[in-house]
Amino acid sequence: MLAIDCKGVQKRYGDKTVLQDIDLSVERGKIFGLLGPNGAGKTTLIRIINQITGPDKGEVYFFGEKLRRAHISRVGYLPEERGLYRKMKVGEQALYLAQLKGMKSAEAKKKLKYWFEKFDIINWWDKEVESLSKGMAQKVQFIVTVLHEPDLLIFDEPFSGFDPVNANLIRDEILEINQKGTTILFSTHRMESVEELCESIALIHESKVLVQSPLRALKDSYRDHSWEVEWTGEVLPSAFPEGVVLKSINERGDSRNLLFTVASDTLLPELISTMLKSGTVYGMREKLPTLQEIFIERVTEKKV
Amino acid sequence: MGKIAIIIRREYLSRVRKKSFLILTLVGPILFAILAIAPSAIMLLPDEERIILVLDQPNLMDQNKGSDEVQFQYANPDKYTVDKIKEMVRTDEKFYAALFVPSGESWDPDFISKNITFFSRGDVNVQVQSFVSSFLQKQITNEKLRVMGVDPELISGAKTNVSIRNIDVSKEEESETSAGPKMAVGFLSGFLIYFFIFIYGSMVMRSVIEEKTNRIVEVIISSVKPFQLLMGKIAGVALVGITQFAIWVVLTSGIVFAVSAIFLGNMVDPESLIAGQNLGGDDEISAAVITGLDYLGMINFPLIISCFLFYFIGGYLLYGSFMAAVGSAVDSETDAQQFVLPVSIPLILSIIVLMRIMTNPDSTLITVLSMVPLTSPIIMMARLPFGVPIPELLLSMALLIGAILLSVWIAGKIYRTGILMYGKKPTFKELYKWLFFRE
Repeated sequence: MLAIDCKGVQKRYGDKTVLQDIDLSVERGKIFGLLGPNGAGKTTLIRIINQITGPDKGEVYFFGEKLRRAHISRVGYLPEERGLYRKMKVGEQALYLAQLKGMKSAEAKKKLKYWFEKFDIINWWDKEVESLSKGMAQKVQFIVTVLHEPDLLIFDEPFSGFDPVNANLIRDEILEINQKGTTILFSTHRMESVEELCESIALIHESKVLVQSPLRALKDSYRDHSWEVEWTGEVLPSAFPEGVVLKSINERGDSRNLLFTVASDTLLPELISTMLKSGTVYGMREKLPTLQEIFIERVTEKKV
Repeated sequence: MGKIAIIIRREYLSRVRKKSFLILTLVGPILFAILAIAPSAIMLLPDEERIILVLDQPNLMDQNKGSDEVQFQYANPDKYTVDKIKEMVRTDEKFYAALFVPSGESWDPDFISKNITFFSRGDVNVQVQSFVSSFLQKQITNEKLRVMGVDPELISGAKTNVSIRNIDVSKEEESETSAGPKMAVGFLSGFLIYFFIFIYGSMVMRSVIEEKTNRIVEVIISSVKPFQLLMGKIAGVALVGITQFAIWVVLTSGIVFAVSAIFLGNMVDPESLIAGQNLGGDDEISAAVITGLDYLGMINFPLIISCFLFYFIGGYLLYGSFMAAVGSAVDSETDAQQFVLPVSIPLILSIIVLMRIMTNPDSTLITVLSMVPLTSPIIMMARLPFGVPIPELLLSMALLIGAILLSVWIAGKIYRTGILMYGKKPTFKELYKWLFFRE
């Protein structure tokens, strides 16, 4: 079942086309990455799903139903431009935002207390937002996004502005929520930041979907049997098994990264034993292009 | 609770709980009360006695003792010189000032009147000065009349005060009318509406800008429609205004009555306090004011109060929605100036015209302006005490309601696009385009 299904979505502002014939489907319970450079149209698409704005053409289906106002309480959205009322008390403000999502006051308060305890900010409940550190404010924003336990969570540039500790904390929470069945939609231009989290991605470029695919399949399509071996040793082996070609050597401090291409993956055990004879192997992984590289390749491909 | 109600509640409470609101709400009535009480209180305070040393060479002042506040003490012209009285004022604190009336060579009244001199330490109180000069003026005039062979009694007997009664014959029952109190009521209510629109209109604008610069607006409009947020905000701020206004009215009248009861005791009844502001101490004027108070009864207060509420809220909604649209289109208050100016021109124009209504409430210009929605809240309120035909009033109200619907619609369109636009200050042309963006 699809959590989100966009069919031919189009949006124009004046004479500027922001989204053109967007077909996009996000599977239920998955973590989906909406990737693309700034200005590609990601935020507009998210705003359409959030019903902040509507498409000029095309349709959006939400868990199989045509998108309508009632769905709004089943979505949690952390926008890129996120903030809080500075002069309002933290707890009161969180309660206000929860009520706007349709939660009852008592229920919202109970859940807020739980989250505030969990994130260790309960002592700030009665303080003004102004007095919060940036990290704490981000925690509050995260809490009010997920508090009403929506079926779909949308994070626009989720990790920008977070310090590493909070970014990790938030990432772990998101993964935990996803484990419980919530569909997650990430939108970012920093592709490396979500690469490891997403199961499926869509690359958006100049108002169009460039490619949409499960991440694994996309990467597999770029396989060229390149393998990277991290190795230390005095002297390189004089010869490698037949079908294995050494492409390049990168010195990295004490160790060296050796890049090979192999005719077949069955040659790998033999390659490792060869390497082990003359030194120590720390790791070995298939060299696949990063999303960024794939994106750049796709974009330049199009132009050619 | 509906979502708009939740928004109204927050907008209302967050303002009402502010210290600045509390202070303004409490300090306001004290200031108003002082304004209302001070003039009459000052008049009732016993004035300081001031002794003026007079060297009256031509004996023009007939050894007059002066008034309670300004007492004349005469120096014998045969024994004292100008230098001597100057010296006395300089050294003796008892004398407030010295007055020198010279005789000149010919005792010519015109010469005398040009050469009267005050000697004092520092400045002479304006009241003292005017008392003395009007007293001398009278004395010299009488003196001249006597020289011309005219009995001054004859002249004062010939002086006539004209008072014209105004009878309004437009209604079946003829009634006496008076423009004074009507002017006061009209001016006050027109001005209050102007004040309210400005204060609370810009409060709405600031609040919209704040939400935009805080970057909280997108979080909120992912839960409610931008229009709901806009309406909730406008309604919440309106309630703040009404609350403040109500507290002001109650507290001000409370303070005025309490203070006048305590300090002024039986000397004045509270009603004449209002009149007191106009009292010059002159019996004729105060009599006129007291009749004026009777005329207040002729103003249709239920009509005025209900119209006041209507135009009060209507004017605020009209301008408040414009101000909200302006706030949504800009990133900071400084950027807003460019848009606020054209919006506020009709308001300022109304205040200028307000002065003219007082003298000529029936002119065509004013009738037209009391129909035009941008000016009608102020102008119609000022016209109302003078009597406005019901069809005109209804037309003005209908036009205002229509204009509010239109301005709220326009504001809603600009708002929902504006709040999500950052960085560039839009032009009027762009604002116009925003009206036609699809939701």
